[in-house]
Amino acid sequence: MDTRGRTLLAKIWDQHVVAQLSDDTDLLHVDRHLLHDLGGSRGLIDLKGRDLPVHNPELTFATPDHAISTAAGRAGTIKTGWELLAALRTETSASNIRLFDLDQPGQGIVHVIGPELGLSLPGCLIVCGDSHTCTHGGLGALAFGIGSSELTHVLATQTIIQRRPKTMRVTFDGKLPFGVTAKDLILALIGHVGAAGGTGYAVEYAGSAIRDMPIEGRLTICNLSVELGAKMGLIAPDDTTFAYIRGRPYAPQGEMWERAVAAWRQLRSDSDAMFDREVSIDVSTIIPQITWGTSPEHVLGVDGRIPDPADIADPARRGAIEIALDYMGLKPGAPIAGTKVDWVFIGSCTNSRLSDLRAAAEVARGRKVAPGVRAWVVPGSETVKRDAIAEGLDKIFIDAGFEWREPGCSMCLAANGETVPPGQRSVSTSNRNFIGRQGPRARTHLASPAMAVAAAVSGAIADVRTMER
Amino acid sequence: MAQAFTKLTATAAPIMRVNVDTDVIISINRMIGNSVRGHLGKWAFGSLRYLPDGSDNPAFILNREPYRAAEILVTGPNFGCGSSREAAVWALQEMGIRAIIGSGFGDIFFANCFQNGILPVVLDKAVIDSLAAEIEASQGAGSVNVDLQEQTVTSPSGVRHTFEIDPRRRAGLLEGLDEISLTLRRDHEIRAFQASDRTARPWIHFAG
Repeated sequence: MDTRGRTLLAKIWDQHVVAQLSDDTDLLHVDRHLLHDLGGSRGLIDLKGRDLPVHNPELTFATPDHAISTAAGRAGTIKTGWELLAALRTETSASNIRLFDLDQPGQGIVHVIGPELGLSLPGCLIVCGDSHTCTHGGLGALAFGIGSSELTHVLATQTIIQRRPKTMRVTFDGKLPFGVTAKDLILALIGHVGAAGGTGYAVEYAGSAIRDMPIEGRLTICNLSVELGAKMGLIAPDDTTFAYIRGRPYAPQGEMWERAVAAWRQLRSDSDAMFDREVSIDVSTIIPQITWGTSPEHVLGVDGRIPDPADIADPARRGAIEIALDYMGLKPGAPIAGTKVDWVFIGSCTNSRLSDLRAAAEVARGRKVAPGVRAWVVPGSETVKRDAIAEGLDKIFIDAGFEWREPGCSMCLAANGETVPPGQRSVSTSNRNFIGRQGPRARTHLASPAMAVAAAVSGAIADVRTMER
Repeated sequence: MAQAFTKLTATAAPIMRVNVDTDVIISINRMIGNSVRGHLGKWAFGSLRYLPDGSDNPAFILNREPYRAAEILVTGPNFGCGSSREAAVWALQEMGIRAIIGSGFGDIFFANCFQNGILPVVLDKAVIDSLAAEIEASQGAGSVNVDLQEQTVTSPSGVRHTFEIDPRRRAGLLEGLDEISLTLRRDHEIRAFQASDRTARPWIHFAG
């Protein structure tokens, strides 16, 4: 028998094995299945077409986030958005699935509401038809995105067929420098290992910088796992996690809470556990990050210069940089700071939680969005919105010239028709700077919420460290 | 139910850019809605395939003969990275693609391919580069053979490369198996797991 220490991944994985299907593939139990408007109703309709019931509707939860407008009153929701919402309402109701509908507490971006409601718990296996499901790993859950066919499989069976991934541990040690956030850490990691550096792995994030980090920062770290290629990212739960979860609407209570916490305390990699790959990052060396190209691996410190293809020997890499620079309309070798921006978007499952809005408001307070810049703040959920209003954050943003909007995915992926116009440049707190992601020919630079505000008030990419108080 | 894949000899088109993401394969505004299937093929690679005025971009390989009829793509590193949208696979399938040969794929895209009877083949980057170079040298005239039974890819000049594939996934593709029906045959095991798990982890099953 193998007596080596076990990883956090192995411990959670083994608790979910319903049946072993081959040497490395298992049928795993799904504890939470989250549905959204883009693909949720399609899965339920597919199931109906096969004359099958939802296996466990009580473990399935739904909310509209992708295709609805984030304007007041949801005005301007595209026709398809309304159709998808209507279908989600009809199909979840028919299958007895809890829907957190518009204007209700609980509605919001699916990866914001799961943790916020206490649906996402340590040791829990969570799937959703969305690649950023890895976010929930910040609580010590094993969470990953699935496709439409797998989604229907989960509805029908409450299980998912998975090959056991390789394991990678990323250790972030040290103290975060001034102006540096969870977003900067994970962008710096993607720059270091590349957009395929984590492909085939589940990544565990560890180290003193992670232990010192509040849960919302950990969710941001895990959220971008998929941008380094890893379907799953996770962090061992600790007292910070338990304090975050306690008292949330779907969290266990009373005696069950005590039992749950006792079980969750076992969920950590043993000291002698072996990983297939280890990466260490000293966070004290990281400065605020900003992307320059069309992949999250195209990232720089804000004091850096735009790469020059002439310096790259490998023709494939050189070609990729040329294509990216051409799309982004950037000059090789120029400093990235000072690049003029047209749009700023603060939101998405990466950076739309209360702590993100507080960090953004801290920079925005007493300043004004630069002339010619449009800047949006889209809270991640109805609850985030209400909490932010209770603290007066909405007023700070509105006074500074930002537009304060309703919760949803919005301009992160532009599924709801909210787009950055062609050729315009955006600084965005979201997760992908892909070609056309924020709209046809839109140019996206990814950054932290504080950096996004710095760009909004400067009218150009700027170093937030020169502005923060 | 996935369609079966056994073997294929066809025109192959190299798309060697790195990090071709699923947003590039199918744009969000073309894939939203519950009735888009069957209308996606035209929009595959839209931002590369069409100029801003909507006309074909002559520089894009799939707009050129003989690549217009390609059923195989030969791809650069990290093809299909990004979102979980299965519409990326549907769009490729609708434009006639049945196999994709590359040095690496996004994990979710890779899994989605098998769900739709599309074979993704992983080979070393050096092999991919030489295969792409050979195709380009023949201007697409030579066919590539992909044989799942034999687990081989044969270049236009007859160079054979063996590839690895998960035996479970191989069997599933060869037979076009329906995973939902197969899993439901194990429903007694699923229910037994849940019954014991309700005792072990009651907080999962009795939320709130």
